[in-house]
Formats: sequence, C-alpha cells, structure tokens
Amino acid sequence: MTSPQHRQVHAELARVVREHAGRLTASLVRVLGDFAAAEDVVADAVETALRRWPDEGIPARPDAWLLTVARRRGIDVLRRRAVHRDKLARLAWPPAGAPDDRLKLVFTCCHPALPRTSQIALTLRTVCGLTTAQIAAAFLVPESAVARRITRAKRKITDAGIPYRVPADTELGDRLDQVLAVVYLLFNEGYLTSAGDRPHAADLADQAEWLASQMAWLMPRQPEVLGLLALIRLHQARLDARFDPSGALVPLPDQDRTRWDREAITEATRLIGRAAALRRPGPYQLQAAIVACHAEAPAWEATDWPQITILYDMLLALAPSPVHRLHRAIALHHHPGPRGGARNALAELDALPDADRAALRTYPLYHATRAQLLRALDRPEAAHAADQQALALTANPAQQALLNKRLTWD
Amino acid sequence: MKYVLMFAETEEFARELEAMDDGQRQEAFEAVGRWFAEHASKITHHAHLRPAETATTMRLTGGDAIVTDGPFVEGKEVVSGYAEVEVADLDEAMAIARSWPACPIVEIRPID
Repeated sequence: MTSPQHRQVHAELARVVREHAGRLTASLVRVLGDFAAAEDVVADAVETALRRWPDEGIPARPDAWLLTVARRRGIDVLRRRAVHRDKLARLAWPPAGAPDDRLKLVFTCCHPALPRTSQIALTLRTVCGLTTAQIAAAFLVPESAVARRITRAKRKITDAGIPYRVPADTELGDRLDQVLAVVYLLFNEGYLTSAGDRPHAADLADQAEWLASQMAWLMPRQPEVLGLLALIRLHQARLDARFDPSGALVPLPDQDRTRWDREAITEATRLIGRAAALRRPGPYQLQAAIVACHAEAPAWEATDWPQITILYDMLLALAPSPVHRLHRAIALHHHPGPRGGARNALAELDALPDADRAALRTYPLYHATRAQLLRALDRPEAAHAADQQALALTANPAQQALLNKRLTWD
Repeated sequence: MKYVLMFAETEEFARELEAMDDGQRQEAFEAVGRWFAEHASKITHHAHLRPAETATTMRLTGGDAIVTDGPFVEGKEVVSGYAEVEVADLDEAMAIARSWPACPIVEIRPID
C-alpha cells in the first residue's frame, strides 16, 4: 500500500483533485446558490474519483469528469431539493465561473463566525478537495468528529446567512488576516507536526503552499499574501536538509546547505521584493525576510544576525508576541556586537513580562533555548533541567530524538 | 435575512456608565440615538430592557412553575436590549453591530 508507485499515484491524485475540486465547488455554489449543496455534490464526486482513478487512470479532462459525475450523482445527492436538481440537470460544460469564485469560497470557509477548527476542516475539504477521511488522518482525530464539524459549519453558513463573496474593502483587512492565519496554521501543522507520527501531515504543508499560491495569484496586490507564500516556500526549500536519513531532525547550524533548493530560495526572495514594493509591511513579510536571511547565508557562521535582530524588532513593533520575543533572544545570542551573546540573550528571556513567560511555559522551544543559553554559560545542571522540561512538552518524535541526544551528552 | 442584535452589558461597562458625569452620559446617549438614526432603514424593531433586577424568571418543568427573582442566566453579562434588523446577510448585520456605540457585547442571531 505504501510502495513508491502508490505514493506517486496518491500525490498525483491529490494534485489533480486539488486543482479542480475547489474550482468546481466555486462554480456550483454560484449556479445552485447554495454552499452546502454544492459542497455535498463535489465531495461526493471527489470520493468517487479517488475510488475509481487509481484503477481506471486519471482522465484526460479531470475537470469535465468531475463535473459529469457531480451532475449525475448530484441529482441523487440532492434528491429532496427539487430546485437544485433542475439547475444541476441543466448545467452545461464548462460551468460559467468568474475568476474570483474560488476566492469567495476561501473567504466563506474562513468566515470569523465559524470556529477556527471548522475553518480549517472546511477549507481543506472545500477548497483543497480533501476527503473527510484524509483530514481526519492528517490531524489524528476520528473521522466522525471531522464530519460533524463540517456538517455543523455548513449548517451555520446556511442558517446564519454567512455570505458567499469577497469582503468589501472596508472589512478586507480583518477577513484576510483570518484566511492567512488558517493557511499558516495548516502549514505549521504539516511542517512540524504536534501529534505524533503522521504520514499525512506533510501533505498539509503542500496544501498550505498551494492555498497560499492560489491566494497570491488571485490577490497579487496584497503584500501579506505574497509574504506568507514567500515564508512557506522558504521553509519548503530547506525541507530535504531538515531530516537525516534516519528521520532525525537536523538543527539549522548542522544542515547541509547544498541540499537547500537555491532556485526556490531565489524565487521566494523575489516575492518578498514584490511585496516590499507595495509598501505595506506586515508580520508575514517580516518573518519571510528573517527566514530569507538564514536561507541566503552560505554558512551558519555567515548568518547576518544584526539584520535578523532588526527584523525581529520590526516584527515585535507590528505584532508583539511571546514567541517572537523568544526568537529575538535566539538571534541576540548569536549577535556579534556588544548587545549580543548568551548572557544578554538569557537576561532578555528572564526579563520577559510574566504574561509572556506564562504563555511560553508550555512551548518546548522556550525551554530548549534556555537550555542552550545555560549550556553556553557553563551551567550544565540548569541546562539539563531545561532540556528535560522541553522534552516533556513535545509530542514530535524528531524533536524528542534531538533533545534526547542532547540530554545523553550532558 | 432578519437578525436580532442582542446587546449585553458587563459589570465593567455599568461601572463606567456610573462614573460618567451628566455631560458624558448625555453624549453617550446621543451616540446611541445617532446609531439608531443611521441604521433606521434596516432596523425593523428595537427595545431597551429595564435593568436585570426587574427580571422575573419562571422555570416550567414537570408541570410546576418555579418563579425566581432575576434573569435566567446569573452572570456578569446581562442582555439589556435588542434590535431586529433586516439585511442581506451576516456580514451586513456584523457591520451594523460593529458600529454600536454603547455596551460592549452584541450577540447576532438569525430569525426564522
């Protein structure tokens, strides 16, 4: 079941479905005027495709195939809703769709009146064409829970009158933040999984990259959209070097930089440039710029720490967060100037306001960072204790392995 | 679609209101008046409720009517009024609620 060929077919299926399912849902919502009905019909067609394509092969026109199945099966799925059935029966290929239909879909799925977990599940299913089973596997939750979440969300969309449209300019800022937060969460979930060994989690990072690229294509003048895409691509460009052959996590200083995807890094920095030209800096652009500093450094020793520290200062001014403060302290550790060094970095962490420290207490990287600083300051016992705290907090096997290695060295 | 915007007061808001002088209170009152005027074409009905201590709650279970003094939810947030609006969708209802100038919580519920 998990042979390389099988995985390849699986990846190709996922790509084709993703390419077409959202588009089809978007145009069906328009034709039917009903989000829930369109979603039901397309989800059913996707299930059929995933069942039949591995044997029959992917059709030459996957979109036309999906529409045909959606139309035929949809008439059954919607048997109690006569109006929809008639509309569906008359539907011709290609369904007329405005270019921003899929954007409407994203904004509806990520509406702030829906809980975050539902926004994520609905976006994956409706925009990316994942099945309920695939979403459940990626997040290690029972399939019935995902199905319930999606059903409840669709009911709320209909009953509460959540509209199907791109928000007006006056609301766009807040609403776009919601969408970007969903995409970024998906990426993080896939990039560094929080719940055990999950083969499907890597798919989430791909889904997030695809979503971000679609958003960037549909909203080319939104700098934060470009910033998020650049951020995701910069992380993805270093994916291969993050793990050794045994699957253990390789820390940034030890990564083989020749295995980084230079072309992807150049491409991503170009995106950052395009975003910067729009002159509306934001947290995603700044985070992308920070990751670009690392990605462009030929060696760990050549990292531009002063520049990274400045970028963190800007980030903290725009989006103060305990996690960003922690990362700033890490940058400070390596800063070559008189402000830098382990002592200053540790002092910075110890001077965090109580609320920040409380928020970081359950964050493994906080303790792992303190451990490194303490070790640099020749306080091995305290370092050991901090590493143990970090270990107790992470469920990620690769992180656990790394921390265990450090603990046995002490 | 029709929605009800339910306005809820908090203890903190009540304290702020208490601390206002007559001029400030008058100003706050006028802001609410302006809000109603601005959205008059969308508002189909509205009412301000007398304070929570005037409420009487009846619990009708098992054929008995148990009468208690006060609102049905004992909490720090108390519904103090409502406005029924007729708008296209939730976004429009949210846009109206966002500009509400008085108490800090507004629950938006669609009506059948």
